[in-house]
Amino acid sequence: MSVRYGLLALLERGPMYGYQLRTAFEESTGGTWPLNIGQVYTTLSRLERDDLVSALPEQDGGQRSYEITGAGRAELALWFATPVERADRPRDELAIKLALALTTPGVDVRAVVQTQRTATMRALQEFTRLKAADAEPAELPWRLVLDAMIFQAEAEARWLDHCEASLVRYPPATRSATAPAAQPHRPGEVRSR
Amino acid sequence: MTILELTGVHRTHGSGETEVHALRGITLTIAAGELVAVMGPSGSGKSTLLNLAGGLDRPSQGTVRVEGTELGGCGRRALAALRRRRIGYVFQDLNLLASLTAAENVALPLELDGMGRRKAARLAGAALSEVDLAGYDARFPDEMSGGQQQRVAIARALIGDRRLILADEPTGALDSQTGETVLRLLRSKVDEGAAGVLVTHDARHAAWADRVVFLRDGVIVDTAGPLAEPDELLNTPGVAR
Repeated sequence: MSVRYGLLALLERGPMYGYQLRTAFEESTGGTWPLNIGQVYTTLSRLERDDLVSALPEQDGGQRSYEITGAGRAELALWFATPVERADRPRDELAIKLALALTTPGVDVRAVVQTQRTATMRALQEFTRLKAADAEPAELPWRLVLDAMIFQAEAEARWLDHCEASLVRYPPATRSATAPAAQPHRPGEVRSR
Repeated sequence: MTILELTGVHRTHGSGETEVHALRGITLTIAAGELVAVMGPSGSGKSTLLNLAGGLDRPSQGTVRVEGTELGGCGRRALAALRRRRIGYVFQDLNLLASLTAAENVALPLELDGMGRRKAARLAGAALSEVDLAGYDARFPDEMSGGQQQRVAIARALIGDRRLILADEPTGALDSQTGETVLRLLRSKVDEGAAGVLVTHDARHAAWADRVVFLRDGVIVDTAGPLAEPDELLNTPGVAR
């Protein structure tokens, strides 16, 4: 997702100026996605260029508010109606790191898995602590964002468990005399012993 | 204050060619107010560790101390008394007695310990209220949902002056919301001053612990504790995407 749709969604509540948008954005994501004010203004000027928002006359304090246009509303509705494609998300560095660790000689893959697992577990503990601190359910938007992070971290931990179990049958990579190897094996492929 | 102390604990089953080393040199200390999760693949020694901590099994080598008392030095009766009074167990299969009501199930450890029936029933009622089951005293297990039964089991595990709580996959097959209630209960009991050991394969459950110990082949391979600043973490790229 880009900041673009976030700002459009906030402007659907009513006209706002840059600083207000930044505060509202951070509030609605529970502070998990900090924005700098420069990003907000750059995005606003692009939205204005694309006729998705329009600038209102400057106020007494010198702030310039923006409002969403008809085209902006249509764009926002389309965004809410469209599922997030997996391909739109950043590449998973961890999966790539493990794949490379498997095929790189001299790398202790189990140690790589365990280091990651400890870090993931630590993240999960902190998210849970934030959640446990709210005896009564906190505001729903924040709680759902927190739950999303908890479930993502859990998925990562489960995947790491799965990796570890798969590794039991995987021989360590050896340095070949002729590099690169003619046929590097694919990660996840279990070779017979 | 240290509640549970395992020092150089080994546990071997069988001998000769069929010898299996379930635990190999475990040293672990758990203080009052601390919940420790134990994770690891099947066969890594999680349940063995829990059984040793609860005095249900004895180490082949090393010592297990609960509140300073070495379990290996206890006679059978002393050990049984310690287990009854100081240690609470929550298992996946709840072990509730079907022919007893919720309150009778909860009161059982107290009555076994010689407490009068009326006093035990009163304490059991209070314990049920603590797990949000006030008024369920007279219900039989099969008249309650899985989540309610689990809470009865927890009330029973926590009744009396328990200082060590041992939980083996306590959320069992409960849905995520009910499972969370169980973990919140466990967490709050520990926060009140007990020490807890939680064996689980579910990272989301283990995350309720202060420390997570990873077991593999009977050895502790790593420990995860909290970071200094949660805010730091929220700003860590890749974690909070």
